[in-house]
Amino acid sequence: MSVFSVEDVSYSYGSRKALDHVSIELGAGRFCALLGPNGAGKSTLFNLLTRLFVTSEGRIRIAGHDIAREPRQALARLGVVFQQPTLDLDMSVERNLAYFAGLQGLSGKQARMRSAAALERLGMAERAREKVRALNGGHRRRMEIARALIHEPAVLLLDEPTVGLDAPSRAAITDHVHDLADSGLLVFWATHLVDEIREEDEVVVLNKGRVLAQETAGQLAGSGSLTEAFVRLTASGEAPPPSVLTGAEAGR
Amino acid sequence: MTNGMANDRARGMGAYVVALQAITTREALKFLNQRSRFLAALVRPLVWLVVFAAGFRAALGLSIIPPYQTYITYEVYIVPGLCGMIQLFNGMQSSLSLVYDREMGSMRLLLTSPLPRWWLLFSKLLASTLVSILQVAVFLVVAFLFGIKMPPLGYGLVLPALVLSGLMLGALGLLISSTISQLENFAGVMNFVIFPMFFLSSALYPLWKMAESSSLLRDICALNPFTHAVELIRFSLYGQFNGMALVWVCGAFAVFFAGALIGYDPARGMIRGKG
Repeated sequence: MSVFSVEDVSYSYGSRKALDHVSIELGAGRFCALLGPNGAGKSTLFNLLTRLFVTSEGRIRIAGHDIAREPRQALARLGVVFQQPTLDLDMSVERNLAYFAGLQGLSGKQARMRSAAALERLGMAERAREKVRALNGGHRRRMEIARALIHEPAVLLLDEPTVGLDAPSRAAITDHVHDLADSGLLVFWATHLVDEIREEDEVVVLNKGRVLAQETAGQLAGSGSLTEAFVRLTASGEAPPPSVLTGAEAGR
Repeated sequence: MTNGMANDRARGMGAYVVALQAITTREALKFLNQRSRFLAALVRPLVWLVVFAAGFRAALGLSIIPPYQTYITYEVYIVPGLCGMIQLFNGMQSSLSLVYDREMGSMRLLLTSPLPRWWLLFSKLLASTLVSILQVAVFLVVAFLFGIKMPPLGYGLVLPALVLSGLMLGALGLLISSTISQLENFAGVMNFVIFPMFFLSSALYPLWKMAESSSLLRDICALNPFTHAVELIRFSLYGQFNGMALVWVCGAFAVFFAGALIGYDPARGMIRGKG
């Protein structure tokens, strides 16, 4: 069953089309990478998914709720990690989490329990009382992921969450988020780094505002590498015919 | 969590109060962490009170005008205006932090909460107003220690007036912040808003005094919502009701807040495209 669907969505900045009839459908327990070069329209799509932007062209559903008609119900089922850090650096980790829990309508004991559990899952429990400014980039990102899970969303959106992190931190975060997908969460992860994607992951290739492919990384890569498939798809800039987008054909 | 529970959480009235508490706590902690801001907020009106007012005491003669029932010194006259000034600066400071939050990304966190945007922005305003009232309270205590005393009842009655004037000035800051795309642009706007609003008001001189030099200036002052905020504070401090000032402050709040909501509406506002 689909917990996340984008149906025929378009968006323009003035005369420039940023998204052009984009459609994506995903079920629970999947890790889906939104793969696209810079300027592909990934951030615009994320802004629409989080209702920072709205469009009249197309429809977005989160856990069955149309974000245009039931924005509050849809946002309540969505966890988001933005590309840009959104932490109060001079407040403690637990204060940051309490603030977010409050914005989600969670208070008191419930908020404290959820925050503690989220930090525990990310191996951050012992840092709860530290100021965020004292954490390194990797730990700040982990904390943002923990925060995005406090309200137990059905869908977790991450917009290039590993930008600026060293290799071990990137690997740790990628592994952890894959584990979350294995536990039943739908993870939608925007990136332009193919090494963060596993063979069984779903991949949506976005370029110049258009979806060029949606299938597993293994199918997309075929006998070649995912990088080669990605470069070939995005270099042409045009959606290839369906035969090119499936299996070995795409990977050659 | 089930879908139904998420819906309940998004709809429940308790969630509104929880979000308000969270936003207020964050604003209060941020303010208390910024000791220099607290100090500046206190020193600024005190300089006006101690230095400026002392110099002008001899130059300015004040007749008996409502709400005063006797001759007053200039220091006494400008206290309500300085309370308004604290709130004016605080309102602009809050809007500056909104622009900063937007540039740094924190604003996204607020705007993607499942609660209605109008409530989130109103909570921001209320939190900022409470911070400004804290500053006014400390200022009034210091003024008291300097011998500038109000009727005891006035210290309580001024509270609702401060809430309304704080909301109105905060809403103006919110409206301005929705039109600013970069932090660098904000300083200029501050100069074009704070100084004209403060000097073209009844904060430093009564309107009749202004009319002596220019009737046009007096009319401009009378149309300035800040004048009415100051008068609302002034009358409340002396236990009197000023209906006209109340209508002006409430009306200006409604206009500024409606404009800010349009500015922060992702479908219509100027925030569209700024992220």
